[in-house]
Amino acid sequence: MAFKIVVSQCTVCGACEFECPSGAIKFKGDTYVIDAKKCTECEGSFDTQQCNAVCPVPNTCIKAAA
Amino acid sequence: MNQPLITLDSLIEPIDFDALTRTAQSGGCSTSSCGSSAKPDDMDAAIWDKVKDHPCYSEEAHHYFARMHVAVAPACNIQCNYCNRKYDCANESRPGVVSEKLTPDQAVRKIIAVANEVPQLSVLGIAGPGDSCYDWKKTKATFDAIVKDIPDIKLCLSTNGLALPDHVDELMEMNVDHVTITINMVDPEIGAKIYPWIFYQNRRWTGVEASKILHERQMLGLEMLTQRGILTKINSVMIPGINDEHLLEVNKWVKQRGAFLHNIMPLISAAEHGTHYGLTGQRGPKPMELKALQDQLEGGAKLMRHCRQCRADAVGLLGEDRGQEFTLQQIPEEVSYDPSKREAYREVVARERGDQLSAKSDAVDTIKSIAQESGGGSLLVAVATKGGGRINEHFGHAKEFQVYEATPKGIQFVGHRKVENYCMGGFGEDASLEGIIEMLDGINLVLCSKIGGCPEDMLKEAGIRATDAYAFDYIEAAIGREYAETFGVELEAAVA
Repeated sequence: MAFKIVVSQCTVCGACEFECPSGAIKFKGDTYVIDAKKCTECEGSFDTQQCNAVCPVPNTCIKAAA
Repeated sequence: MNQPLITLDSLIEPIDFDALTRTAQSGGCSTSSCGSSAKPDDMDAAIWDKVKDHPCYSEEAHHYFARMHVAVAPACNIQCNYCNRKYDCANESRPGVVSEKLTPDQAVRKIIAVANEVPQLSVLGIAGPGDSCYDWKKTKATFDAIVKDIPDIKLCLSTNGLALPDHVDELMEMNVDHVTITINMVDPEIGAKIYPWIFYQNRRWTGVEASKILHERQMLGLEMLTQRGILTKINSVMIPGINDEHLLEVNKWVKQRGAFLHNIMPLISAAEHGTHYGLTGQRGPKPMELKALQDQLEGGAKLMRHCRQCRADAVGLLGEDRGQEFTLQQIPEEVSYDPSKREAYREVVARERGDQLSAKSDAVDTIKSIAQESGGGSLLVAVATKGGGRINEHFGHAKEFQVYEATPKGIQFVGHRKVENYCMGGFGEDASLEGIIEMLDGINLVLCSKIGGCPEDMLKEAGIRATDAYAFDYIEAAIGREYAETFGVELEAAVA
């Protein structure tokens, strides 16, 4: 249960990093990466996934395949 | 004092530092007395003190002082239909466009490198891409760090206003005394056509509801800034058919809430920008449409007409951009601030400005007395200049023309027209000359430091007179003399 970032579409704005309630998003190399072990899909914190709600590019913060 | 000891032209680049120092040390009037003498009559002294070195807040200052933007706050909390967050191109010049994003540490290095090389630098701004108040930690880290090295640099930022009320008190503490809010509507129904969504209180809002929240936060932010005496400029993007008429209403609202300046910017829209408006064929306004709206707004909140809609990483005087000279690659790992060039430049400017102001007031007196004699008329004049308030650029080298209007009331800067360089290494291109003539639509007279016979003739055919007779003169002085020749009975009689 986790989200992931589609690197080719990411603008590297970093909004997801500071909105993430679980501290699961970090800047690595030249892009942001979601740590699947820490990501909770915001369950228990917010109704919607914060990374997806703030991301300026549609379909860029998406559910990772199980 | 018509001839300055050294022309400002020679200060643009390369900088003759010895000449600067000699001029600065050669006595004459002191910075404070001359600087304050350039104050426009209708401005409060305390406000003049805040804006006199800020090129974006004072039309008068934009001839002398430079700004730089650093792109340290790329995260944004709203989506605008005129913005595409993925877009980046070194050859594009428009808001939100940037070639490299910087960390606060990298930004500080860059600012110091620029301050050492560009003596005109007076203002550091954070203006996208992204929102400076939403991506607050990076904005604050950059400002807090730079004032330790360059304490006299003016700090300003630009925001969409949504997160602004959360940080107004910190802005006070940080000594930020200029804030720009982009306000495109005061009616959420219109807002819904401009903003597809906002991110606020941990969720995404859309439609009219989103614009209602944004509107309320913008007004609250503006009121809070006004209460604290922070000068606030309002930027509005003019979008034909969507908010063009509505901006009259916006102007009233922001004036009531204490905005210092209102800046109407034409929408920049093209399919290749990949913005919603670009892709759906929404057009921007034509130069004369923009001017017509600005003229309708006279008497409301004071208008800014000298905006160049610069890139989010622009460096230099408003009409120029030296950003590409200061990319991270070109900046050493270790830099230390050397204030000498900026200080010397300020001394020279203080003197030159007093001089320019007296030339301007003489010209205005001439025009007023002619208008009384003959009724006068109006002249729309396009000027090629490199700065310093002088006619000091070749027609063929101009990337823009500054536009002045002379009427029986006086001389007013009313805007600028961007053009493609006509002169390509000595050879004029007929195709680009036609484009320039089109951009000079409505202009009566072109003033420049040099113009060839061929372009002069072609302009004449199009009904535009061009002359280099006033090369290196002050802009207003030349316009005054031309006004006298056009409308005066006798020049000598009118001046006397």
